[in-house]
Amino acid sequence: MNAAPDVPAKDAQDERLEPRLQGALREMLTSNWLVTVAALLLALIVSGVLIAAADEDVHTTASYLFARPTDFLSAVWNSVWHAYVALFQGAIVDPTASTFAKAVRPLTETMTWSVPLILAGLGLAVGFRAGLFNIGAQGQIILGAVFGGYIGFAFGLPPVLHLLLAIIAAALGGAIWAGIAGFLKARTGANEVIVTIMLNNIAVYLVAYLLTTTAFKREGSNNPQSPPIDSTAIYPRLLGDDFRLHAGFLLAIVATVFVWWLMDRSTLGFQFRAVGANPSAARTAGININRIYLLVMITSGALAGLAGSAQVLGTEKVLTAGVAASFGFDAITVALLGRSKPLGTFLAGLLFGALRAGGFAMQSRTGTPIDIVLVVQSLVVLFIAAPPLVRAVFRLPSPGRRQQISPTPAPVTKEAAA
Amino acid sequence: MSAVTAAPAPARPAAKPLPPISYKAPIAYVVIAVLALIGFGLLPASGRRTGFTVSTSTDFFQIDRFDVPSKTTAIVLTLIALALGALTFWYARNRRKVGLWLPAVYAVVLVFALLVWAVAGKNQPLPLTSLLQGSLFLAVPLVFGSLAGMLCERSGIINIAIEGQLLAGAFLAAVVGTLTQSAYLGLIAAPIAGALVSALLVAFAVKYVVDQIIVGVVLNVLVVGITSYLFSTVLKVNASTLNTPPRLPTLPIPVLSEIPVLGPVLFRQTALVYLMYVVVIALQILVFRSKWGLRLRAVGEHPKAADTVGIKVNRTRIRNTLLGGAVAGLGGAFFTVANGLAFGKEMTGGKGYIALAAMILGRWSPKGALAAALLFGFADNLQVVLGIIGTPIPSQLMLMTPYVVTIFAVAGLVGKVRAPAAEGIAYVK
Repeated sequence: MNAAPDVPAKDAQDERLEPRLQGALREMLTSNWLVTVAALLLALIVSGVLIAAADEDVHTTASYLFARPTDFLSAVWNSVWHAYVALFQGAIVDPTASTFAKAVRPLTETMTWSVPLILAGLGLAVGFRAGLFNIGAQGQIILGAVFGGYIGFAFGLPPVLHLLLAIIAAALGGAIWAGIAGFLKARTGANEVIVTIMLNNIAVYLVAYLLTTTAFKREGSNNPQSPPIDSTAIYPRLLGDDFRLHAGFLLAIVATVFVWWLMDRSTLGFQFRAVGANPSAARTAGININRIYLLVMITSGALAGLAGSAQVLGTEKVLTAGVAASFGFDAITVALLGRSKPLGTFLAGLLFGALRAGGFAMQSRTGTPIDIVLVVQSLVVLFIAAPPLVRAVFRLPSPGRRQQISPTPAPVTKEAAA
Repeated sequence: MSAVTAAPAPARPAAKPLPPISYKAPIAYVVIAVLALIGFGLLPASGRRTGFTVSTSTDFFQIDRFDVPSKTTAIVLTLIALALGALTFWYARNRRKVGLWLPAVYAVVLVFALLVWAVAGKNQPLPLTSLLQGSLFLAVPLVFGSLAGMLCERSGIINIAIEGQLLAGAFLAAVVGTLTQSAYLGLIAAPIAGALVSALLVAFAVKYVVDQIIVGVVLNVLVVGITSYLFSTVLKVNASTLNTPPRLPTLPIPVLSEIPVLGPVLFRQTALVYLMYVVVIALQILVFRSKWGLRLRAVGEHPKAADTVGIKVNRTRIRNTLLGGAVAGLGGAFFTVANGLAFGKEMTGGKGYIALAAMILGRWSPKGALAAALLFGFADNLQVVLGIIGTPIPSQLMLMTPYVVTIFAVAGLVGKVRAPAAEGIAYVK
């Protein structure tokens, strides 16, 4: 990504002699956001094929395809169109709803779903840019939820202080869990991918075990769940009790700004990026890279821990074994889609939150299983990681063709990883 | 050669000082043994007995149940472990390498001590044979998965998509097995599905030079999405015609299966398990002793050098990644046709990631992968068996152990592991 902002600038310099309109058009066609939009479109098309393939009307009309092909085509169009309309109505706004509150509810649902995705995604993005592939957001979310939840239900404290302490504890929980991986990476060179995968599994069993102990188990309940979180430790609802949207969303905005400041404006963030770009060069420049590995993982885990707090103190209000759902794994795709940039991650989190919220609506209205959302998500990330493929499909001009600076897409993909 | 051995001391260039002796591993060995001695041997009440059974009811030779006094046995076993720990100190002091037998014996002794302690005083004996049988059974997908990972990584492509390959294999095996009403055809279809996932992996990793870890992670999500979607839309509705695969029959090998203990464990299995023996042995020989294996490793260690001597780097990588995907797909058949079970959403449950860990723990070699997979299978099955008998340890903590062991292993207690040098780096001429 470091190269990307430079390329259009050089383009513009070279193209002073060209007609201005043509230059602007060219810049637009080669820009990254256009690739993003094209990738999303391509993912929706491929998923549309899957939706149509499983539709019964499509099956029946396919049997007389050659007799009346228009029936088949309209059946395909209907199945896909209805599914995506339901997805949109469940995610953004539902014009068919009776009241205004019901019409905008989908948007607030999208925002609610996006909170843990954004927070955990930001955490992973910090790691990626420092060259650490932290797959452990799942475990870090769980530990954040365990720590935050315990403060939330076990202590009686005054309102604001209680919530604040619970949030800090959640961040601490995630930071400790990720810190293990960072410490081992720094001390022994243990591969952080493997260690974080293992820590994910350990966290799953750890929370299951804790929920059987007297300290965590709700009295008189047969289900493995904690006592309810005290009302003093719950994120206040932003739009009244009718909507699930809670103050965790504000936290996500603050965290986004913080990560931007950390990575783009602070000395520490510069060191993070330096280690990510080239550890050997960073060491030569006097950066203690082992210390940076530990700090990166702690920052990354703290953000994922905050995602856990959003779940346990905001949406669920109780600690269960499934508190992290699959947010930790979805967050990987969020961070990749956001190209590890704060704003990009924020928007990617919103998009995936929308897919999730809309997916439930789509499932209940058109019977299209929500699993298709996973397909859309993974395809988007896959296509975005391979801009040449998207450009080839849509016949877009490639940015480096005139200059021949980088015939391979290596800088872009490396940034997505780094 | 003889000249060097004739005058050893002065001829050796002794300029480089020896590294300081590290006592980390010996200390760990001793500390763990002492803890086990206290926990399993000294603290528990005396007078209880632990029962073991060895034979299954169908065995030709029947061996009766035998009981041992719990406390004494546990103390003896942990003392053996302690002695082994002391031996590692001696090895370290004399700068001698510890052979592979020592950690193996150490682990076996400690596991037995744990078993003796866990089953002490229970009426039900511990069925040793079925414990081992189940371990091998649960290790099957892990063995195939880690062999797949090894094939890909030896050629320089990181394969995180093992999970997706297993899942795809399980899915296609179930569907083809049901459609044809033949478990063997299902077994043949499974590798095709795995290879398809691999084809996507190489398409993005080699052609579009996308970071291989990213592609792997995303492919896992994609396969989960597609199989779950097809399961919900098609398989669930037509369960009888699409998702009731037949079971692979158990094929006891005539004479060998009558050997006590080993017979039922090793030779009373399905074709998939026999295939696993063949694949492990074949790969162990081929990867390290054949031209193909040498090229495979060359491409993964130093692609430029391999290219210089005329090996087609990317073609080798593509072929071996496809082969790896097929092997993993075969492992996926374990979940459906090998058990006669219907396909279920996300039924592989993270086994692909465990296989990845087994591969690293096994240091990128087939026999190591086999051993590590068996370790995970054993821990998994131990939890099931002890759960039936009833033990003092919470099952969740038992389930955690293989992952904790892996972290310790990766962090270097077992020894430094080294990945193929060029893995994860795309080769662009």
